[in-house]
Amino acid sequence: MTIIYEETGEEGGTQIPEQRITLRVNGRKVVAEVEPRLLLAHLLRHGMGLTGTHTGCDTTNCGACTVLVDGRAVKSCTMFAVQADGREIGTVEGLATQSELHPLQEGFKEEHGLQCGFCTPGMMMAAKALLDRNPDPTEEDVRWALSGNLCRCTGYQNIVKSVLWAAGELRSQSAG
Amino acid sequence: MTQALDEIKIGGMGASRKRVEDNRFIRGKGNYTDDIHLPGMLHMEILRSPVAHARITRIDASRAWDIPGVHLVLTGEMMATRNLAWMPTLSYDTQAVLATDKVRFQGQEVACVIADDPYIAKDACEAIEVDYEPLPVIVNPMQASEPDAPVIRDDKENQAGNVIYDWEVGDAEGTDRAFEQADLVSRLQLHYPRSHPSPIECCGSIADFDRSTSKLTVYMTTQAPHIIRAAVALVAELPEHMIRIISPDIGGGFGNKVPVYPGYVASILASILLERPVKWIEDKTGNLISTGFARDVYLDGELALRRDGKILGMRMRTLADHGAFFSDAQPSKFKIGLMHSTFGCYDVPVAHLAARGLYTNKAPGGVAYRCSFRVTEAMFFQERMMHAAANDLGMDQAEFRRINLVRDDQFPHRTPLGFLLDSGQYGACLELGLKAVGYEDFLRQKEEAKKNGRLLGIGISTMSEPLGAGNSREYDILGIKMFDSAEIRVHMTGKALLRTGARGQGQGHETTWAQIVAHELGIPADDVTVEEGDTDTAPFGMGTYASRSTPVAGAAIAMVCRKVRAKARRLAAHLLEVSEEDVEWELGRFYVRSAPDRGVTIQECAMAAYSNMPDGMEPGLENNAYYDPPNLTWPFACYIVTVEVDPDTGVWDVLNMVAVDDCGVRINPMIVEGQIMGGLTEAFAMSSMQFITFDSEGNCIGSNYMDYLLPTSWETPGFELHGEVVTPCPHHPIGAKGVGECAAVGGPAAFVNAVMDALKDTGVRNIDMPLLPDRVWEAITERHDVSGAPPVRTDG
Repeated sequence: MTIIYEETGEEGGTQIPEQRITLRVNGRKVVAEVEPRLLLAHLLRHGMGLTGTHTGCDTTNCGACTVLVDGRAVKSCTMFAVQADGREIGTVEGLATQSELHPLQEGFKEEHGLQCGFCTPGMMMAAKALLDRNPDPTEEDVRWALSGNLCRCTGYQNIVKSVLWAAGELRSQSAG
Repeated sequence: MTQALDEIKIGGMGASRKRVEDNRFIRGKGNYTDDIHLPGMLHMEILRSPVAHARITRIDASRAWDIPGVHLVLTGEMMATRNLAWMPTLSYDTQAVLATDKVRFQGQEVACVIADDPYIAKDACEAIEVDYEPLPVIVNPMQASEPDAPVIRDDKENQAGNVIYDWEVGDAEGTDRAFEQADLVSRLQLHYPRSHPSPIECCGSIADFDRSTSKLTVYMTTQAPHIIRAAVALVAELPEHMIRIISPDIGGGFGNKVPVYPGYVASILASILLERPVKWIEDKTGNLISTGFARDVYLDGELALRRDGKILGMRMRTLADHGAFFSDAQPSKFKIGLMHSTFGCYDVPVAHLAARGLYTNKAPGGVAYRCSFRVTEAMFFQERMMHAAANDLGMDQAEFRRINLVRDDQFPHRTPLGFLLDSGQYGACLELGLKAVGYEDFLRQKEEAKKNGRLLGIGISTMSEPLGAGNSREYDILGIKMFDSAEIRVHMTGKALLRTGARGQGQGHETTWAQIVAHELGIPADDVTVEEGDTDTAPFGMGTYASRSTPVAGAAIAMVCRKVRAKARRLAAHLLEVSEEDVEWELGRFYVRSAPDRGVTIQECAMAAYSNMPDGMEPGLENNAYYDPPNLTWPFACYIVTVEVDPDTGVWDVLNMVAVDDCGVRINPMIVEGQIMGGLTEAFAMSSMQFITFDSEGNCIGSNYMDYLLPTSWETPGFELHGEVVTPCPHHPIGAKGVGECAAVGGPAAFVNAVMDALKDTGVRNIDMPLLPDRVWEAITERHDVSGAPPVRTDG
């Protein structure tokens, strides 16, 4: 990604530093030139147009920006893009295959786990990290795993049901 | 014999139809304002005041202008040359867009920078130098009322002090007489603390002025795009038909996205000056510190009681802290919103309410956060007062309510403060709630537990609230009446496009409005596309807030469908070659009364509208409807919470949370339940942890998510919901009532009453929200009321 700056100041204004990074996003290799201070969340949203990952706060509390970094749930506003060099990033856009939704996506629809939808991508990525390591969580496990993701609309009860629905679906898929 | 359509199968009323909106949100394909990118777009950031009350003596933006990538730096002085430094508010006041003479609250907008990207814009904001000369700070209405208090709004002519309004309603003399006759008077003084709706998505806009067409398009996080269009026409002096407001997907509104914010106005001016799209997305700190907060009202009232528990009269005084500008979006006639709906569900013969509003050095607002226009405050006071009065009388909480709730045979019931409640089965809801929670058993458990030093408590909150503003006789915002609208076009193959003047932010309008069409026309909901939010295409509406959409826009949808059905009936008669009187309707089909097998579907009528019209009939099958509701709707709720309080730490846990909601006919039960659970969570949040406060210098404590505590999935309790009692609204075309805000309105008192019940033996009558553990502990240990906002602790 090359950022084109217009010259509005004097000739030869301050040079904006850039660093070249290579990462994989949803399985595809990406090469980018970024400012060292560019947040990973902004690289994804504005640099790559993957606007499914949202930003909702400025203190790392809300979790709307949650993505997977090498399989772990990470708030992408807590990382600089340069720290993602060499890593695997998974976003909500990578959940579905060409033909099928991920059971988490189906579960959120089945169990009415979203209303405005803004926290939903982060919730699903955090839930995916949980289900990847614990395929049979209790309600308590789910509530704890999602306690870093804020929701203002649903009251969480249906989000928990959505994740448990997905867990059940994934278990029967791997059994069958 | 043809089979009648199954209404649930086609996604009609009562179907828990899965949501249409979900399809894009679960894929991360929502279209929120910050997701939108326009070619040539620039980015705007705002510089905010670090101090609460000060004169601006110098602004120097020269270093900001020098940063490469900066296109424009706007200050109040520059806005003033274009008459844009101040703008009118929705409450007939004015508000600063960018500060000129003074700053009046911490976080107030002072300057803004438009640059190539937000990082550069933020760098440039930091390079702007501002000198402030501090002035004394006012952080509550009591300070604002002191005789020597500085006048915050010295910009206004004839503003002598800090009082904004005095307003009253009811019969003061009659109420005084009732109090003279009382066997007992119960009094309660409460502070409903300042809170903030804080949807996860912050506010923002993309203003795009196209010089070649002279048209201004603004993408904006707004719950009321048509109101915004009118406001922009007024403020920016652009013709209304050359302004297009597009409200894309909104990540939560809760009333925070109704007012006109300075950032919107500045982005519009910047786009006009630069002739490029300008995007402004605030950060969470900006949102919490400067946008429409909620509550912050002092509630002081009394009940005149007869020994047998009958309420003889009610008296209430409220003191509202509006911040530095009176900018509330509420029906203009009512300065304190619908606070006078308090005690509506009880048979109270006489009452009086006196309300005063004051300016303080805080962000402007007050009406927000699922409040139904201050009904949250009204019902919180009501149920806390009921709880205290029952204890004062030595009566059981449920029995005290039974004695006073309006009975089924008393409808329509006119309240002493001017409302007309038309329907309800209050007693049935209360009994259902008590049964579900196991009331008698719990009282026994409570007594048993005491023997082991454990504190259990149960809290009840019953209320009916006015939803669906509102009739044109009494309801308007800046003179514009609060009707709403729907427009439907049925295509030749019987599919349909529906547009309304509402604007959902997660309530599921795209799903539920189609269900009304399925109900009225028998067109499957999946065959109906619903659109909202673009003022170029949507019929005029006053937007979605205060739970008004099902009552008003929903009614308009039913009415427009009936107009279409009436035309379809004439087409059917033509197709069936009978007269209209011989035609009957069943879901999706017209048939000949004397030969029911002979019929035509609604889809066949639609095709006929384009290909086989009777002589003289206008082709096409579409119409619109504007609905002026005859009255508000009155859902009823009974919320019961049980808790255990740890006497050593003050920590309290919710054992059970039962909600009985009678909101009339439910279009989509799944969505209704989702709304109730969201509201109950807000109730839990406000009662337990969520608040904003200010120190003596006006520093805002709670302006970011580190300090402003929102409950997570870990703290939030589970909910048991009941919808078995259904009292249809007698005047609504489909019998529906509003419901979206009920749980936030009635919920908090249930949680607080439960904790107060657990502490009953201490003699403590009140702990103001939030009931943080240390406040509960203080009440238990020191046996005194804990009033006001939690004090700000300073280090050292």
